[in-house]
Amino acid sequence: MLRLFVDKIAQKTPVGVSKHVQGLSDKKLAWLFVSPTIILLLAINIFPLIWTIYLSFTDYRVNRPNRDVKWVDLRNYERILTDSDIWQTMQATAHFLVSTLVLQVLLGFTLAFLINKKFKGNDLLTTLIVLPMMLSPAVVGNFWTFLYQPQIGLFNYVISFLSGVDPSSFSMIGDVHLAPWAIVIVDTWMWTPFVMLICLAGLRSIPDSIYEAAECDRASQWRQFWTITIPMVLPFLMLAVLFRGIENFKMFDLVVQLTGGGPGSLTTLSSIDLKREAFEKWKTGYSSAYAVILFVTVFGLASIYVKALNKVKDR
Amino acid sequence: MSYSVTAPSSRTKLLSGLLVSLYALVTLAPLLWIIATGFKSGQDSIHYPPKVLFEPTMEGYVNLFTTRTRIPSDAQPRDPESLSWYEQIVNDKGEMIAGPSKYGERFLNSTVIGFGSTALCMLLGTMAAYAFSRFKVPLKEDLLFFILSTRMMPPIAVAIPIFLMFKNLGLNDTYFGMIMLYTAVNLSLSVWLLKGFMDEIPVEYEEAALIDGYTRFEAFIKVVLPQAITGIASTAIFCLIFAWNEYAFAVLLTSGDAQTAPPFIPTIIGVSGKDWPAVAAGATLFLVPVMVFTVLLRKHLLRGITFGAVRK
Repeated sequence: MLRLFVDKIAQKTPVGVSKHVQGLSDKKLAWLFVSPTIILLLAINIFPLIWTIYLSFTDYRVNRPNRDVKWVDLRNYERILTDSDIWQTMQATAHFLVSTLVLQVLLGFTLAFLINKKFKGNDLLTTLIVLPMMLSPAVVGNFWTFLYQPQIGLFNYVISFLSGVDPSSFSMIGDVHLAPWAIVIVDTWMWTPFVMLICLAGLRSIPDSIYEAAECDRASQWRQFWTITIPMVLPFLMLAVLFRGIENFKMFDLVVQLTGGGPGSLTTLSSIDLKREAFEKWKTGYSSAYAVILFVTVFGLASIYVKALNKVKDR
Repeated sequence: MSYSVTAPSSRTKLLSGLLVSLYALVTLAPLLWIIATGFKSGQDSIHYPPKVLFEPTMEGYVNLFTTRTRIPSDAQPRDPESLSWYEQIVNDKGEMIAGPSKYGERFLNSTVIGFGSTALCMLLGTMAAYAFSRFKVPLKEDLLFFILSTRMMPPIAVAIPIFLMFKNLGLNDTYFGMIMLYTAVNLSLSVWLLKGFMDEIPVEYEEAALIDGYTRFEAFIKVVLPQAITGIASTAIFCLIFAWNEYAFAVLLTSGDAQTAPPFIPTIIGVSGKDWPAVAAGATLFLVPVMVFTVLLRKHLLRGITFGAVRK
């Protein structure tokens, strides 16, 4: 049906227009095709980025548009890098990043390894397991606050059922020791399938002949796992870590709905802190500098990581 | 042979199957809980211990679509016969319907902005992907990397200047502004994915068409597009899901007219405090379409989530 639709468009294009477009050389057509995308990205991505960099050197505040804007050199950057609260949010972000990555890699790889045993119905189960990661993090995160309710929440009930702890005795979101793990659990629940899918692709890319050759050489299964499976899946696993790392560094929606950054500022990740500075305290210049620092950090870490990834791939 | 990696024994298969099923059960429980809570009454939803079996009611859905007030104590009791089924549900709790809620509007906004941005994104993305796939574009690698790098910025970081820009242009809280924004956000995905799909179409088809007297443009429309249609469809679903789920920009740049469902659903409350069945009902209606799309998309899922870096 879609095919018919495309044909119809082709026929319906007015002769004048189509003549005009059809007469173009390949080079002109290429530019005609690429430029709308580039223009839109320049307008909505690059222009704002440049503006952010400019604002980061000023003391501009959106809520006081009539005040003179002063150029403050690097003072915003200085204030941010020496602020101990910001280092605390960086620590919270790092804790979140490292714990989610470790858990998701372990769980995701194990699942992929099991699914790759090709038992009956593995396709169906894969599709079911994948569902959480496709859903709206804000909507799902909000509902998890219900699951985490002391006493009535399903999560607390299940934990108390399994461990015997009173379900009203702990609050995943309110407790200072538990809250950082509450966000890790939900993120892991949501994104383990992502790592699993990529690992599965890696496992399936290993040709059977390699294992067969190893078996002829009487290599033990344990040895095959460490010398064939792991090295061949590693580039895939590293790619999964790259994607999850970037996403979780930017994490906002899920955690904001889940804990709102609390208790205190224990789960205030960088993006949440930035949102407060920019859209609640309206410190536009200051938060622009904050944004630039975050962007440079992601970009820098990602570049170093991609270099390492390419080395592993080439090996 | 007692063991083999390539041909697992039936015992290994059974054990793996059981473990994966157990994980699936645990991981799906929260989703099933959302759907179940939508059909619970207010009391059942906060019952201890949590109720797995309960009498289903449409209370949550009625509350989702209406705003209600308590019936004043001096009001005339209304004849139950004259009430429609949803008025009866509300009446039984001593409340009356004051008007429709904003949920319908917010859902419609999500639909308009989601489909609008997807359509635009596919138009621009298909053209750019074709050019990148077939022509010598100067600085091609750099441009492609530039397109990808736009994804690395935290949305909140970009939101500051976009907020200012939209404010100056009067685009805050408008369909047009949100559609343009989501299109820009999704373009990197659509260009990268579509380029991959188009690279897989043999160039020979077009060359044959060109020899037959087609122009380049005709060859693109009549030969390449029909071949790429499954790729385009699955890319479109990905763009739609991302736009549908997006929260950070929506919460900062929209508040009324163009507010989408994700910032709205968490704010749903009842007459006295948080109304979880209504929240769950709203979430169910919002999430189930995505679940259906995910099942339809399962063959291309991996490609979509990795920007085409991993193809099965």
